[in-house]
Amino acid sequence: MLLTLAWAALTRHRARTLLAILGVAVSAAMLLDMVMLSSGMRESFRNLLLSRGYQIRLAPKGTLPFDTDATIAGAAELRRALAADPDIVAVSPVLGGQLRIVARGRPITAVAIGNDAAVQGDYEVVRGRAAIARNEIVVSDEVLHDTGASLGDTVEAAGGYDAQLRDVTGRRALVIVGVAHFLYMAAGQRAVALPLATLQEAAGDRSRDRVSVFMVKARQGADVEAARRRIDSRFPSVTAISIATAMQQVDERLSYFRQLAFILGAVSLAVGFLLVTTLVTVSVNERLGEIVVMRAIGVARVRVVLQIVLEGVVIMLLGAVLGLALGLVTARYLNSILASFPGLPAAIDFFLFEPGDAWFALAMLTTAGILASVYPSWRGASRPIAATLREEAP
Amino acid sequence: MGAELVHAVRGVSIDVAEGEYMAIVGPSGCGKSTLLNLLGGIDRPNTGSVSIRGARVDQMRDGELTRFRLQHLGFVFQRFYLMPALSALENIELPMAEAGVKKAERRDRARSLLAYVGLAAREGHRPAELSGGEQQRVAIARALANRPALLLADEPTGELDAATGAEMIGLLGRLNQDGTTIVVVTHDEDLARAARRVVHMRDGEIVDDRTREDAS
Repeated sequence: MLLTLAWAALTRHRARTLLAILGVAVSAAMLLDMVMLSSGMRESFRNLLLSRGYQIRLAPKGTLPFDTDATIAGAAELRRALAADPDIVAVSPVLGGQLRIVARGRPITAVAIGNDAAVQGDYEVVRGRAAIARNEIVVSDEVLHDTGASLGDTVEAAGGYDAQLRDVTGRRALVIVGVAHFLYMAAGQRAVALPLATLQEAAGDRSRDRVSVFMVKARQGADVEAARRRIDSRFPSVTAISIATAMQQVDERLSYFRQLAFILGAVSLAVGFLLVTTLVTVSVNERLGEIVVMRAIGVARVRVVLQIVLEGVVIMLLGAVLGLALGLVTARYLNSILASFPGLPAAIDFFLFEPGDAWFALAMLTTAGILASVYPSWRGASRPIAATLREEAP
Repeated sequence: MGAELVHAVRGVSIDVAEGEYMAIVGPSGCGKSTLLNLLGGIDRPNTGSVSIRGARVDQMRDGELTRFRLQHLGFVFQRFYLMPALSALENIELPMAEAGVKKAERRDRARSLLAYVGLAAREGHRPAELSGGEQQRVAIARALANRPALLLADEPTGELDAATGAEMIGLLGRLNQDGTTIVVVTHDEDLARAARRVVHMRDGEIVDDRTREDAS
């Protein structure tokens, strides 16, 4: 019966209730987006780092992976030493660089990744296969598009530039054996991958036996943090970074994002709270007569309050459900805009939906709905019965 | 500026016997509604006491008083005050639902009460679909839902035309004959005449209190 009364109170002024629900929906959408934003980048970065199962990255001492042009010397020896560690099951060397590629007469420049196809964790082959032989190359769709080349074509690639001769060096012919999606590249970025040795040779003496990063996969059940510390102390030329330490760095860099999201989320919640408080206050004032008569005929104050609180909660819940859908649509739209943020991997989502976020937003809104309704309903249900009936009399 | 204390009711001492039918009459502002509200525990006296069946209503805490009203008192208001969202039947069920009466039982009793007030055919109608007289009948049925010891009615014919008012007077008389103790506050002379005891008030005091037998 309380539900019937609450629902009836809401449907008595349909337009007003609908507008309040829409208002709450906008506020809920913004709250959800802010919750998604506060954790989205962090979680999607974490997922990206873990996507191929490598838990530790080794960068030149004092740097972050690919943060500078610095490289690690003695790569082959270091790889062997790492592989000998009983807690390590895979070591993937990666050399980053640039290649000038000419296909069908059209020259372009692309980011080049030199790695070992057997253990690589940088790309996913979309068509064809990985580059295994020294004269093979895997390219991104953008490279194919910009050069006009096709799978199976031979392209000319050069990794160095001689300033005196004013010409590229390290030219070689490479066969496109695969098209790949590069995990760490920004949207629209041209990228190629080729065997590590090929890129080392193409880049010339400065890259001989050098890599930019090692990705290390620890044995299942192994203490990753202990392995990281061991590597860090054993190999003074590298800085070992685990997912946990990388996330720490990410957290520091993204702290302003979270603060912004927190403030905007709190503002949206406050707007929803005020909307419901206003609506419930107006609704209570309109039917003070009914409310005090309920009290007069013996309906307990707490049940009258409960009925009115239910109205606030229904508005919040309907608004929240609508807001959830709206929030997902706006998050998707905003994500597509922010995906072109320069230098960020395309796989990074600013707004990452996780069911926990939706439940959190729903819980916050429900709590706000209850709190927003409690004061006006308690105030209405606590009015002196006789005096209110006198005031309500014509 | 301080609030001036106004005595709406002063020096009133009144006993209502079980089965009595009492009308409180007097000019507007004489304190008759206040006296009814004090009897019904929806207003509290600054001094003095109100007892119903030995229970000190004036000393009860709010929750206890609400429960007492639910179980022992029935209210009928001039403006009916039915819940607009509920049907006639549901309005009558409301106090029973609050008292924890099971759904089937309260539905049966609500139907028999509707039949008692002559509205058996209108159980599914909302208040807005009922005439003033019909709404007041539903309000009376609601007041009787938990078998109250005392039925309190404030101007029950105040919003009704003469013919409907007369029907209401008949209904209240029938209720009293069936054993319900009734106290009504009214300006309606016909309603006052129907009561077996009439209390006259003026300026917050009882100036006359006589039964029909005394008058004759």
